[in-house]
Amino acid sequence: MRTDTASGYRDLPGLIARMAGDEKHEQAATSTLDVLWVLYDRVLRVDPAAPDDPGRDRFLLSKGHGPMAYYAVLAAKGFIDPSTLDTWLTFDSTLGYHPDRTLVPGVEIGSGSLGHGLPIAVGQAIGLTAGQRVVVLVGDGELDEGSNHEAIAVAGRRGLANLTTVVVDNDSAMHGWPGGIAARFAVEGWATATVDGRDHDAIERAVTADHPDAPLAVIAQIREA
Amino acid sequence: MTTTTGMRDAFAHTLNAAFEQDERVGLVTAVISADRFAAAADRFPDRVVDVGIREQAMVGVAAGLTLTGKRMVVHTYVPFLVERAFEQIKLDFTHQGVNPVLVSIGASYDDPSMGRTHQSPGDVPLIDTLPGYTIHVPGHAAEVEPLLTAALAGDDPVYLRLSTRENATPRPVGQGLVPLRRGGLGVVVAVGPVLDQVLAATEGLDVTVLYTATVRPFDHAGLRVAVDAAAPNVVMVEPYLRGSSSAEVATALVDVPHRQLGLGVLRDTEVHAYGLPTEHDAVHGLDPGGIRRALIGFLPA
Repeated sequence: MRTDTASGYRDLPGLIARMAGDEKHEQAATSTLDVLWVLYDRVLRVDPAAPDDPGRDRFLLSKGHGPMAYYAVLAAKGFIDPSTLDTWLTFDSTLGYHPDRTLVPGVEIGSGSLGHGLPIAVGQAIGLTAGQRVVVLVGDGELDEGSNHEAIAVAGRRGLANLTTVVVDNDSAMHGWPGGIAARFAVEGWATATVDGRDHDAIERAVTADHPDAPLAVIAQIREA
Repeated sequence: MTTTTGMRDAFAHTLNAAFEQDERVGLVTAVISADRFAAAADRFPDRVVDVGIREQAMVGVAAGLTLTGKRMVVHTYVPFLVERAFEQIKLDFTHQGVNPVLVSIGASYDDPSMGRTHQSPGDVPLIDTLPGYTIHVPGHAAEVEPLLTAALAGDDPVYLRLSTRENATPRPVGQGLVPLRRGGLGVVVAVGPVLDQVLAATEGLDVTVLYTATVRPFDHAGLRVAVDAAAPNVVMVEPYLRGSSSAEVATALVDVPHRQLGLGVLRDTEVHAYGLPTEHDAVHGLDPGGIRRALIGFLPA
């Protein structure tokens, strides 16, 4: 029997199952699950015992929809007491349909309205030291928002090598086209990589690849029915 | 010593000095006024940023910098700062629990020859929908430096509304409602650059005239004191949408039977005209003659 000390990838489905009632965003939640796990398990320098450490890396879930996967990973990694998952969506809970940074330790931004995380991440990448990673997760549908493209251009021109955007591409964008996501980042001077969004090793290799003098966009493709 | 000639110059002079004195202080702009901060952008590239003509990114980037511990000023022409990027101001700052110093130029119709696209008489009430903002509407370039310096030293949300319209002389700031005249028929509150018009309009009238360059938080106690010494007839003259402070007056006088009149930019029409600011003042009843006519119609005979 699992306990509230769950700490591994295999525990995530059970943690997600403790939150019910967001069928609308279910695909969004399951699409981001593997990217989130790899980031928190292998990449980010963050500590649940010191979630406000100024020297930490930053992770911004720009696509705030479907945060069950995010909450599950935060619980598995010790930022959230797993019992909190049972309270979600209730008035006294810290967990809602869209995350709120003022309520949840380790959550860097409150999100939900699309197109806000990437510009904020650009500002953080400018303001932090070069050794601090700033990773922002956006959805392919979210990239329809024009504010992202303002930020993509600024980051490319400034060569923000400590900035990584992971685009979870579950084919939900309107007017998308094959290869279009990577091309839009590349034309603004970003390094790009496209990976299977379920392949943990591939995600890790792409996110940690060297990209001097340029920000990095990793397109994590989810092509399940 | 640098001589400043207007509010925008005073803003640039004060902020450039602050960059040198406080490594927390930074700026994000979207081309507007960037030439005045070019040297600082070279010296402090991690906190003085021109993002180009990208106002959503301007606010978002500034919020990101604030989340790293900076005290960020966000600056551009008023409709592109407050109206175009309002959701970014609301979500990237307020919702995240961090605060900017927003500084605009252009005011309601500083340059009507630019047309309606460059006018923003609704900026103050729009910012007022967000909790906690201090809103400064200076009436003279010399009032800018103390207001901005105090804003940079804090962490609270501040909106500083600069204008090319100025009164002949600076007045005290940071002291709430400042009495300039005493009278018995009522209390007239002049906000920022409309003071000189109000002084001209009230010449010879038996009214109290109060001045303020800070409309939020509103000086409820100061208004109450003035009303206690005069008939409870209150007129707010504001250089943006008329009636923007009516709720504040009502709150200040919640237990005092009173009458109030709000003068300012018309709410029921969009003026499609170019010309001069003074011509637009006349349309909105903010010229001395218009204000005086409104006062005479409102005050007891």
